[in-house]
Amino acid sequence: MAGRGRGRGRGQLSFSIEAVGIGKGENLPPSTVQPTQLFPPLEHKPVPLQTSEEAEYMLALKQEFRGAMKTLPFYIRPAAPKKDVERYSDKYQSTEPSDNTIEWTPDWKRLPKELRIRTKRPPSDKNPVIPKESKKPRVNKEEIIRKLETLEKKEEEVSSDEEEGEKKKTEEEEAEGEEEYDEEEFEEETDYIMSYFDNGEEFGADSDDNMDEAIY
Amino acid sequence: MTAQEVRLCGLLLQEHFGEVVEKMGTELLRSGALNLRALAHQTSTPLDLVKKSLCVLVQHGMCVFGPGRRGPGGPVEYTANCERILYMLRYPRYIYTAKSLYGDTGELVIEEILQRGQMTMSCTVRTVADRLTHSMEDGQSMEYSEVITAFTRLVETHFLQRCPPVDSMGTAGKASSGSSDASAVPQPARPETHPDCYLIPQVHLTGRGKRRRSNEDGEAEEINAKKPRLENEVCGDEGIFWQVNFERFHLHFRHQSIISAVASKLDPTSSEIVRTMLRLSEVTTPANTAHTQALSANEIFRALPVSYNISRPILDQYLTLLVDDPMEFVSKTGDSGGGMYVVNLHRALANLARVTLESVVQERFGSRSARIFRLLLRKRHLEQKQVEDFAMIPAKEAKDMLYTLLSQNLVQLQEIPKTPDFAPSRTFYLYTVNQLPTARLLLHNCYKAVGNLIERRLFETKENRRLLEKSQRIEAILASLQGGGADAAQLSDVEEMITAPERQQLEALRHHINKLDSSENQVDETIFLLESYINSTQSSH
Repeated sequence: MAGRGRGRGRGQLSFSIEAVGIGKGENLPPSTVQPTQLFPPLEHKPVPLQTSEEAEYMLALKQEFRGAMKTLPFYIRPAAPKKDVERYSDKYQSTEPSDNTIEWTPDWKRLPKELRIRTKRPPSDKNPVIPKESKKPRVNKEEIIRKLETLEKKEEEVSSDEEEGEKKKTEEEEAEGEEEYDEEEFEEETDYIMSYFDNGEEFGADSDDNMDEAIY
Repeated sequence: MTAQEVRLCGLLLQEHFGEVVEKMGTELLRSGALNLRALAHQTSTPLDLVKKSLCVLVQHGMCVFGPGRRGPGGPVEYTANCERILYMLRYPRYIYTAKSLYGDTGELVIEEILQRGQMTMSCTVRTVADRLTHSMEDGQSMEYSEVITAFTRLVETHFLQRCPPVDSMGTAGKASSGSSDASAVPQPARPETHPDCYLIPQVHLTGRGKRRRSNEDGEAEEINAKKPRLENEVCGDEGIFWQVNFERFHLHFRHQSIISAVASKLDPTSSEIVRTMLRLSEVTTPANTAHTQALSANEIFRALPVSYNISRPILDQYLTLLVDDPMEFVSKTGDSGGGMYVVNLHRALANLARVTLESVVQERFGSRSARIFRLLLRKRHLEQKQVEDFAMIPAKEAKDMLYTLLSQNLVQLQEIPKTPDFAPSRTFYLYTVNQLPTARLLLHNCYKAVGNLIERRLFETKENRRLLEKSQRIEAILASLQGGGADAAQLSDVEEMITAPERQQLEALRHHINKLDSSENQVDETIFLLESYINSTQSSH
């Protein structure tokens, strides 16, 4: 039935156009031969927004909420991109550890076991919170061994490569006291006071007893 | 879940939780249920980042986990909850409602719980007391007991509920015996089924809020603020977490919209009567029913607020007026007790949705197209000629408008054949409007609109990032100078670091961002109305 109309002549549609209301020979609007514009012109301008006190208060609430969420530990930043060359300032800039620690403590009983991650403990808290009892004596032993090792090393010349390896090793182990450890190492290693370090722009590098790297 | 919904969810997750969580969330939404390894593989993200993101999502209730397809022995599968992510658009409205009902304390309680997903009562009380103390004058501080009162009231009116207990032995009763260890996969149940859902735990909490000392040690403060200090005080409510009961807020919003509709159609006294009726049936009416429980006129009379001093016969007259109104807000279902009345929730929502649709057509296509649309809504099916006659619009223009509406899918064409071969000359072509599909279409448009608004706002922020950073730096410098007591010359020097055209640009940027944000809030109101209508229709069929 629809096919019958097709062979008769060109320009025949499958339905009679009178039925839809287009009279014979009437001016039809020009047919569109391209997709609609990305920003078509608006014939009717939209109604202005409500500007009541309630609307303004909710606007303020919304913006504050957004700002607050960015500071909470739930805002997860992607891992810092690996730098091409290890820069001298890396030693002094404590980047956010985007490794496998979690900055807040969920109730682990309410989550599946597989999601469990170490929690980052604040540096002042010496006692481990995670009740992995089997690891506790080992951890303490490891810590003592580590401390002894570093004390040994401080008497020798320390190359920067060893330091990097050292840092990576400590990161792989339990993170207990990690930050404290790093800070101590920095403070005892160099002659420069941490808080005075200036990101390298005015870095004079005058006295470099312990520096083995090239000066940039 | 449509593509636009997924896109909007992604944008909301990105704004509040960062890109990593956004990637995980959208992957879960697109692929349905996934286990941990599959998710890590599909998104090519390191496993610990995936774990962290899942912890965040589960903490906020946007993802649920359960035993997977292979049963309790297999890996745990995670499913993202699209609706719950979309509720993030409405957070300001929840917080504002809490403020209007329970004051600043209630507002802060809800805000804290929304920010952190779930919290224990003791933790909430402490944080809120500290925040309130911080904003009070020196020397004053907030008692914990006041915060506890606000918290209790929120729980009593069901705005807060306990998080459902997580069952770590696998579903009891369903698991066939034999595997008693089952897989220790914790499985959350629905919150309302828990009998203690709204039970306040016995907590020993006394004290006052602490004022944060002005920072000598800013970093330590940050760490302490992120991890709520428990101060070695065990309060007796470990493991009892509270979350916001969104359904209850939605019920409140629906009632508010019905009351304001009655107020604008009739008069404030009728709206008070409807408000009283809704208040009386609030806790007894389950969500999404077509109408409330029947209330007798005597009950309503007793429960009216004292300020409305109307006599019994006047109340009866008002009720009759409400019943006779063509919007059918209230119906009479019996004569006992002076007349039994119900509020027709579903019909009220349908009317509100209909009015929204009509208003959208009017604003987009003009009042004459709106007239045709309303005509088709009332008369259901009309032929081309009839449309022209009833709408009293000349034929050519009526045709044009009808075709515009048809091309936008707001109006559909229905073919009724006279003969079985559907020959065009012997078929009726009728124009019709179906309210439910049109509402869905508009809802989809709303999601797309909000997505566009957010993207535009992000674009504007990114374009002017340099300028924004500069202004933030200068503000920080100014603040530190003022704190250190600098003179006016220094301050003006610093202020001049931003040139006048930059200032103008900043001002324009702020104006644009505020406008975009405000638009999001207002589109969300339409979204809520249409969603309520669609849910109500679906549950009543």
